[in-house]
Amino acid sequence: MKIVLNGDPREVQATTLGDLLAETGFSGRVATAVNEDFVPAALRASHTLNDGDRIEVVAPMQGG
Amino acid sequence: MRTFYGTELPNPLMLGTAQYPSPAILEQAFRDSGAGVATVPLRREGAGGTGQTFWQMISDLDVLILPNTAGCHTVKEAVTTAHMAREVFGTDWIKLELIGHTDSLQPDVFQLVEAARILTEDGFQVFPYTTDDLIVGERLLEAGCEVLMPWGAPIGSGRGLNNEYALRAMRAEFPDTPLVVDAGIGLPSHAAHAMELGYDAVLLNTAVARAGEPATMARAMKLAIEAGQLAHEADPIEARDMAEASTPVIGKAFLS
Repeated sequence: MKIVLNGDPREVQATTLGDLLAETGFSGRVATAVNEDFVPAALRASHTLNDGDRIEVVAPMQGG
Repeated sequence: MRTFYGTELPNPLMLGTAQYPSPAILEQAFRDSGAGVATVPLRREGAGGTGQTFWQMISDLDVLILPNTAGCHTVKEAVTTAHMAREVFGTDWIKLELIGHTDSLQPDVFQLVEAARILTEDGFQVFPYTTDDLIVGERLLEAGCEVLMPWGAPIGSGRGLNNEYALRAMRAEFPDTPLVVDAGIGLPSHAAHAMELGYDAVLLNTAVARAGEPATMARAMKLAIEAGQLAHEADPIEARDMAEASTPVIGKAFLS
């Protein structure tokens, strides 16, 4: 399936958001959104991905 | 003492975490500033988990975390970011930034009020980055905010308090609301000025992070904020146009 992960087009095996994070190596304190909607951590495993989904994975960074 | 959603700040300085020359200097600046709060945004996580390393360092500072929605331009974007921040940082606090103007980074106060209402209803404790407009302040309080953070000057400009009159009016209009001067501070004297007006805290970043010696400036800010706070508590004299001799005339020797 083709998705866009943090702005980069990717071809992935995962079919859920939870699996996608595992497949792409994200862990720790991150939060996720799919197509601009927040997906809580508890719902990642059951959140099915679709072709063309835009996924954002964010973490704490330096900022004011 | 006014509290921030029931929390008393250990120190009235809120310090941003951007633009330091190195993580070690950031850490030293925080320690020397005595800041009670660190503002932290969310950004796309990098390969190798760069955000996790940063988070570990911030956690070690042992300060309160105020996540922000820096760079958001729409209600939708800000609300989604706030939800992500609540999950990542485990706090209901959110510094709500909704930028309306590219050059001045002036808040879009119309969207700000709308987002503040939505987030308050969702259980957030909102710290709105706003202008010094009194009516906007009232609307934000009506929307559920219990703190107001008017700008001193545009973010990163270092101009200090552009409109002392408006900030003074805001203090008078909202005597029971914790007020924070957020943005525009460039020098310790600016921070002291805000505290002298009776503000409860100042939020700054660039003035420390971009100084030649960030840790030294951090300490200068700490001392200035303490001085300004003490001055306010001491009930300063009113300024006047004409001189008023402080030494009594009576008893002066007749020497001419």
